[in-house]
Amino acid sequence: MRNEKSTEEVARGIRARVFEHTIRNNGGYLSQACSAAEQLAFLYNEALNLGPSTMPMVPPPFSGVPSAANPLYRTGAGYNGPFDAVHDRLFIAPAHYALVAYACLIEVGRMAPEGLEMFNRDGSSVEMIGAEHSPGMEVHNGTLGIGLSTAAGLAWGRRRLGHTGRVCVFMSDGEVQEGQTWEAVQAAAHHGIDNLWALMDVNRQQCDGAMDDVMTVGDIATKLRDFGAVVAECDAHDLAALRAAAATPHPGRPLIVLAHSRPTQGMESLMSRFPRLHYVRFKSEEERARMNAEIAAELGVPPVPLETH
Amino acid sequence: MEMVNRPYAAAFEAHAVQHPEVLCLSADLTSSCEIDGFRDRHPEQFLSLGMAEQNMLSFAGGLGLAGFRPFLHSFGVFLYRRPYDQLVASIAYPRRKVRLMGFLPGVTTPGGMTHQAIEDISVMRTLPNMTVLEAGDATEVESIVAEADTVDGPVYCRILRGAVPRLFDTPLRIGQMRVLAEGCDVLVVTAGITTEEAIRARGALAGAGVSVRHLHLNTLKPFDAAQIVDHAASVRHGVVTLENHLVNGGIGSMVAEALAEAGLARRLVRLGLQDTYAHGGSRPYLMRHYGMDALALVRAIERLTGQSTGIDEGALDAVRVEAVHSAVKAEAL
Repeated sequence: MRNEKSTEEVARGIRARVFEHTIRNNGGYLSQACSAAEQLAFLYNEALNLGPSTMPMVPPPFSGVPSAANPLYRTGAGYNGPFDAVHDRLFIAPAHYALVAYACLIEVGRMAPEGLEMFNRDGSSVEMIGAEHSPGMEVHNGTLGIGLSTAAGLAWGRRRLGHTGRVCVFMSDGEVQEGQTWEAVQAAAHHGIDNLWALMDVNRQQCDGAMDDVMTVGDIATKLRDFGAVVAECDAHDLAALRAAAATPHPGRPLIVLAHSRPTQGMESLMSRFPRLHYVRFKSEEERARMNAEIAAELGVPPVPLETH
Repeated sequence: MEMVNRPYAAAFEAHAVQHPEVLCLSADLTSSCEIDGFRDRHPEQFLSLGMAEQNMLSFAGGLGLAGFRPFLHSFGVFLYRRPYDQLVASIAYPRRKVRLMGFLPGVTTPGGMTHQAIEDISVMRTLPNMTVLEAGDATEVESIVAEADTVDGPVYCRILRGAVPRLFDTPLRIGQMRVLAEGCDVLVVTAGITTEEAIRARGALAGAGVSVRHLHLNTLKPFDAAQIVDHAASVRHGVVTLENHLVNGGIGSMVAEALAEAGLARRLVRLGLQDTYAHGGSRPYLMRHYGMDALALVRAIERLTGQSTGIDEGALDAVRVEAVHSAVKAEAL
C-alpha cells in the first residue's frame, strides 16, 4: 500500500503534528520527531511492504490486557496491515517514540487525527509509551533493548514458515547500551537471519542527555559488524541516502542501518534546551510562547492557538 | 522402587517429533538438560542460543508470535532470575506459548546460590498468565512434556533429570493433585522431590500410629485452593507443607492464603528454606541441613500433634528403598 503523499510531505507532517501536540500539551517527545521524522516516513511510505490497516481509523479504547478471560484481545499491529506471508512486520523498539509513530500513522492515512487527541488520556489505547495495544505496536518494547531479540525470533519463524515478508525494527542508538542488543545481533548473525533488518535513529541522545556524557558507546558501526551484522550508514534526513542504505545487500546476516540524525532537525530553536531533549516540557509560559512562535516559523506552519490564562 | 534413566530425554523427543511447531531451544546446557540426543538427531528442530538468556527469552517470544511453541531448556534459575524483564514483557504478558523447562529445581544441584532456583515458584506464580507445573517422579517428567504443551499460554515446569524414581503409574494432569493418603490426624502437602521424602516418613509414621493425609501437587498454578481447604478441614491437628523452595511465596504461602481466605483455622507448619539462601552440597545433605527431609517432616508432625513418635533416622532408613539413592548419580553440572 502506497500513500498519495511524498515521503518528504509525510516527514513534514510528522514534525508539524508532534510540534502542535507538544505545544498544546505543554510537553512531549518533540526531539524524537526531529530526529526520526524522515525515518518513520520512509518506513511507512516506501520501505515497508504493508497491507491496508485492519483497524478502525479512530483507535478503540483500551480493552484489557491479554488474559485467558479476554479472548477478544488484539494488539495495535493491525494498523500496519494484515498478518500474512507476504507483508512486512514492524516493531517500534523504543516505545518512547510512540507520539512520533502515531503522527506518522495519521500522515500515511492509517489513523484519524482524532487518535492523537487520545494520546495519554486515561482509558485510551493511544498510550504515552507505546503498548502492545497501541496503534502500530505489536509487542511491548518499553523496556529498551528487547525489540531486536523478539524481531529475530519472529524473523526466524517466518523464514521457517516460508514467508517472503521481512521483519523490520525501528531502533534507537541508546539501546546499544543494553547488553541484550548485542546478544540479539550475535544470535541473528549466528542463525543467518537475513529477513531481519533494523533502522537505528542515531541521534546520540538519551534520557539523561547526550550519550557521550551518560555512557560512551564508541563506534557502533564497528561493534555491530564485529558481532556479525551488515551495517550501512547514512544521513537520517537525506531520503536518497536512506533509500541507498536500506537497499544494502545482506545475505546471511541481519542489516542494521545507522541513520545519523540531529535531535533538533527542523526545529533549531530546541538547541536552546540542549542537552535536555528527551522529553520537552516548557519551563515557563514565556518559553512555551517563544518556542511556539519560533518553531512554527521554522516549520512553515501557523503557531498553535493557545488559551490565555 | 523403579528408577528411570533420563525420562525427560525420551519424552521430549517423542513429543517433539510429532509436532513440527515445537522447537527445542538451549542456552549452552544442552547435555545438562538431556536434549543432546535430540540436537544430534533433529538438528532442524533445535536452536542453540548460547549463553544469552535475555535474548533467548525475547527470541522465544518472537517464535511464539510466529506460531511456534518453543521449549526453553536451561537450569530453572537461569530462566527467570537474569531475564526477568524479558520473561514478563516477551512471554508472560503476551501469553506466548513458550514452555520453560527448568532443570535442577531448588537444592537438587550442588551448584550453590547461583544455580539453585529457590524462589522460582514464588516468582512464576505471581506473574499473570503463567502456569506453573512441577514433576515429582519419572512418570510426571514423562507426561509433563505433552501436558505442558496443551497450555494456551506460557508454562514453567520444574523438571527432574538423571535417574528419577517412578512413584506414580498415572500421568500428570494439569489441575489434578494426587491424594496419596487419606488419614485424619495431619495433612501433609508436598511437591517435586519432597513427595518422596513424605512417602518415606509416612512409612514410619503409620507404625507410630499417626494418620497422615498426603497430597502431592504437580500444578502449582492454577492452585486448587478449594480442595486444599477441604482436606485441611478433615484433619485433626493441622497442616505441614514441605517444599524444595523458600517457604515464602511457595507452597507454604499458597496453603496459608487458601486457609486464610476460607476462614479455616488450622495450625500450619511450613518446611523448606526458611528465608535463607542455600549453599553447594549434595541433595541429601542439603535437605537434612535445611530441614527439608523426611526427618524434618516427622519432627514437624510431632510439634503439631504434641506427641513424640519415637521415629529416628534409623527408623526412616528402614523404610528407605536403598535402590533409590544408590542408583542416582551425583548431581553434577
